[in-house]
Amino acid sequence: MWKRDEAVKPASQPTPAAPAVSSVQPGAPVGLPAEPRRIERDLVNIGKSVVIKGELSGSEDLTIEGHVEGKIELKDHLLTIGPNGRIKAQVFAKTVIVLGEVTGNISASEKVEIRDGGSVDGDIVSPRVAIAEGAHFRGSVDMQKKSVSAATSAQASSSAKPTPTPAPAPAAQAAVAH
Amino acid sequence: MAFSDLFRRRKDEPDLDTGAAQAPVYSTKVLAKFIAGLSGRSSPVLLDLGSVTGSNVTFFGERLGCKIIVEDLSKDIDRAVNQKTVGELPAHFAKRFNQEDASVDGVLCWDLFDYLDKHSAAALASQIVRLLKPDGVVLAFFNTHEPKEPAPAIYTKHVVVDQASLQYRPYPAARGKQRPFQNRDIQRMFEPLRITEQFLLKSHMREVLFLKEAAAAADA
Repeated sequence: MWKRDEAVKPASQPTPAAPAVSSVQPGAPVGLPAEPRRIERDLVNIGKSVVIKGELSGSEDLTIEGHVEGKIELKDHLLTIGPNGRIKAQVFAKTVIVLGEVTGNISASEKVEIRDGGSVDGDIVSPRVAIAEGAHFRGSVDMQKKSVSAATSAQASSSAKPTPTPAPAPAAQAAVAH
Repeated sequence: MAFSDLFRRRKDEPDLDTGAAQAPVYSTKVLAKFIAGLSGRSSPVLLDLGSVTGSNVTFFGERLGCKIIVEDLSKDIDRAVNQKTVGELPAHFAKRFNQEDASVDGVLCWDLFDYLDKHSAAALASQIVRLLKPDGVVLAFFNTHEPKEPAPAIYTKHVVVDQASLQYRPYPAARGKQRPFQNRDIQRMFEPLRITEQFLLKSHMREVLFLKEAAAAADA
């Protein structure tokens, strides 16, 4: 009887691996030890005193506290505009969290959040948009999934084409690739 | 998907509109008619002239599939009051909207007209008429009672709870409500729109739904 109980228990319980798998980051290398909680993301910050004019692209999560003018592209990653961040740019990312100021259009394949104190002047295209009490927003919100994919593919195919909302022309191309 | 699912907040999504629990909830008769007026259209364009509210964006955008344009005119009014340029509001409204003619399916005015004088209100109404597509709808609230002297300087955020109820969240304004408009004034302001629904609530608020009939749009 004892042995039979032991054998039955695992079958009746939910699969223990499920939560662990969900916490692994999509971009994580294959073959890492099975301890996802210990995995720490590399956090990249652009500090308060940094000013970037041009195109900023990368393949990891990014937090901006400085000034960026031009274009920001983090296709599959999280972009956080910190409370001190001042952005005048077209923004393309998976998820965008705004605590500072953004002037320009935002296109996110997953979600855009404008937190309390955050400000966006521009159009948002994303399947999910959350705007906090105390946030400033002026522009349009398009949450149609087809529009997001269309906007993303259009952007990918012709990234050099000008977009409707005017963003300042980059004075110098400062491509930051990670 | 069940119809009730439209109004259920996602469990994994935090409510960013904090501090809202105490605000009173009032019934609305006209919101459901407004939503019905938008239904059946593919990706209707909605112009919200009130203060931006996250849950309204979610409601109209994510659940009803609208493209929402937010133009918070309360900030324009506040700026005009603070800069003592209220007299210039009619001219300001005349050039405020850069959208094309007949480009919007629905307009949410909320109670914005209560804060405007007659000339400013007429200028804004004519812009709304211009922007509205044929068969487009406008939701507007009008106070029916003379405001107390001095009128409390507060705006109200109208947060959609469901089709039949709105939460009223007060927030500071540069000035209070102005004298109420008579019904005939409202009709004239919005001509050639037709009032299709009108409800007088116990809260002394008149809820009005306007429709831009296709024939009237062709005449215009």
